[in-house]
Amino acid sequence: MAIRERLSGNEATAVAMKQINPGVVAAFPITPSTEVPQYFSSFVADGVVDTEFVAVESEHSAMSACIGAQAAGVRAMTATSANGLALMWELLYIASGSRLPIVMACINRALSGPINIHNDHSDSMGARDSGWIQIYSETNQEAYDNMLMAHRIAEHKDVLLPVMVCQDGFITSHAIENIELVEDDKVKAFVGEYNPEFYLLNKENPIAVGPLDLQAHYFEHQRQQAEAMKNAKKVILEVSDEFEKMTGRKYGLFEEYNTKDADVCVVVLNSTAGTAKYVVDQLNEQGKKVGIIKPRVYRPFPVDEIVDALAKFKAIAIMDKTDSFNAAGGPLFSDITSAMYAKGVFGPKVINFTYGLGGRDVKAEDVEAVCNEVLKVAETEKVESVYNYIGVRE
Amino acid sequence: MAYNFKEAVKKPERLAGGHRMCAGCGAPIVARQVLRALKPEDHAVIGGATGCMEVSTFLYPYTSWKDSFIHNAFENVGATVSGAEAAYKVLKKQGKMEYDTKFIAFGGDGGTYDIGLQSLSGAMERGHDMVYVCYDNGAYMNTGIQRSSGTPKYADTTTSPAGKVVPGKQQWRKDLTEVVANHFIPYVAQTAPMGNMKDLYEKAEKAIYTPGPAFMNVLAACPRGWRYDTPDLMEITKLAVDSCYWPLYEVINGREYNITYMPKNKIPVADFLKAQGRFKHVFKKGNEYMIEEIQKEVDSRWENLLKLAGQA
Ligand SMILES: Cc1ncc(C[n+]2csc(CCOP(=O)(O)OP(=O)(O)O)c2C)c(N)n1
Ligand code: SF4
Ligand SMILES: [Mg+2]
Repeated sequence: MAIRERLSGNEATAVAMKQINPGVVAAFPITPSTEVPQYFSSFVADGVVDTEFVAVESEHSAMSACIGAQAAGVRAMTATSANGLALMWELLYIASGSRLPIVMACINRALSGPINIHNDHSDSMGARDSGWIQIYSETNQEAYDNMLMAHRIAEHKDVLLPVMVCQDGFITSHAIENIELVEDDKVKAFVGEYNPEFYLLNKENPIAVGPLDLQAHYFEHQRQQAEAMKNAKKVILEVSDEFEKMTGRKYGLFEEYNTKDADVCVVVLNSTAGTAKYVVDQLNEQGKKVGIIKPRVYRPFPVDEIVDALAKFKAIAIMDKTDSFNAAGGPLFSDITSAMYAKGVFGPKVINFTYGLGGRDVKAEDVEAVCNEVLKVAETEKVESVYNYIGVRE
Repeated sequence: MAYNFKEAVKKPERLAGGHRMCAGCGAPIVARQVLRALKPEDHAVIGGATGCMEVSTFLYPYTSWKDSFIHNAFENVGATVSGAEAAYKVLKKQGKMEYDTKFIAFGGDGGTYDIGLQSLSGAMERGHDMVYVCYDNGAYMNTGIQRSSGTPKYADTTTSPAGKVVPGKQQWRKDLTEVVANHFIPYVAQTAPMGNMKDLYEKAEKAIYTPGPAFMNVLAACPRGWRYDTPDLMEITKLAVDSCYWPLYEVINGREYNITYMPKNKIPVADFLKAQGRFKHVFKKGNEYMIEEIQKEVDSRWENLLKLAGQA
């Protein structure tokens, strides 16, 4: 029987980590992810995990130690936010380039400057091309579930890439919600033992990790890494199926909500999708045909599937909780529009909304305004403005 | 066991030849001697910071390292090896490790005194059972001889060039050995590859087999950066030590100082400087004050060390 609990997103993440019982956790405090290493170090202090907790002196060292630990032959995990993730930047690429299946909880927070502790997606979005698989979570339950699936995905022999499980800082990380936990023994069986093929601590077969890799081989290694990211899509779906069999909770590459009869669609990540569902329910009752697509897997980007799902709409509003500062729309917008173009889907009109930066409250009215705008675009077949902001004083 | 040169060199080589370091370079000698101090039955996980040694010994698909080796980045070998050591601890605890493994990090002066100082300090403070070896050649050699905080004053480097107005580096060397000694860790040593390598070998052995963190600062001359003839490597190292520019000593638990080599005749530091092209300008007429200054600083640091060792 599943265990009913009430946990914050951070505690749910820490509980998932406890059940996974990784070899090493190396982490450094930063709001709003600080609670994760706090909870976890109490598990260590109480002897309920075997893990070596390495209380490093920076996030740079957190990721460096994770790389050392994972290469040595154990599961290594960390949690961070915003500036902490930024400080890890150099090592994110080394982790993925060295094909080390490290798992991280990214509790999304706005990047400085100016400094701000609240939620947006500028941190993980900046790391979208660092070679990490990125999985986004709407609720505490999803953050927990995604964490339980992360190692199976990361460590699959066709993948061997690090995974970042993202959730919204404060909004889910600190809000206590009902949650269904999986029993410890079931998690243990699901996640399985970590038995890497090659690792530093193997005296019988010593290895060398992190070479100088020049013109003769670097490109082939990058090409293999690109292939691994492609493979990840299939593996994520397989692992999600298996997870559904265990828990009854279904996960795909993205979630479609009320899209069946919809004319228009709003694409939105993480907790705002919850607000959007509430809004869409009401609008649907008023006969307004709007649905939602909530990407779960952002890296690898599910080009074929998302384009298939979007092709039928008359108009689409894509919401980005970060600004790319490129005068050309946010990252989700860029990825979706380029995927549609590449697949020859030119039907839907597409508009972009940047929203909620630095934790600006995203109200139901804001999402409703986005819905009404995209409905108007569908009706008039005219796009007055592609790049829009919502909820900001102009 | 007392050091026996003949026995020590009979131990299996753990850094294979054929690497690409320059002839007359001190760094690979340092690495080989340190590894020689390992018991043959012990496996080692070795970390390398980006720098001359790392790029020359591990160019894909070849490695010179017979033990396991990891290079992560320039500034994080301390943290990287600490992560590997933590992994070992958990596997030991779980009964999954049957043999003993030793953890050794190698970093250049740039990767240790400068950009990697925080990572080193963190690893030492946390108490990982590892040895951090800084091979100090006194500049960023890999990127073309730029100054570091380990570069001696007045040295001519490509970012502290001896120009018409500014005569080389303007700052004194950071005393990193003292910085690390003040972490009050079990073992800190300053040494150099000299003579029959006794000092280096014995300190490496102590560093590796003393439980907890240990740090070794090892002078590693560089013919390219220092501008000496490659066959002069051993001679130049001896001049550094005999002039007390680079004293050989160890610090136990941050408190007990032992000077392990007392020069019979402390030679003038000018003898050490004269042998190197990077100090050519200090011997120009009118620049005598520079040599005097350097001598004064060397004397003062040496006297301070004598005091710490209770030998003043
Ligand atoms: C973050 C970062 N900054 C700069 C570099 C470029 N870089 C590589 S090695 C090196 C100098 C290494 O100097 P040192 O540690 O003294 O080792 P040496 O080459 O002298 O043996 C520099 C500046 C880098 N690889 N990474
Ligand atoms: S440049 Fe200097 S430190 Fe680098 S390999 Fe050559 S001699 Fe050694
Ligand atoms: Mg150097």
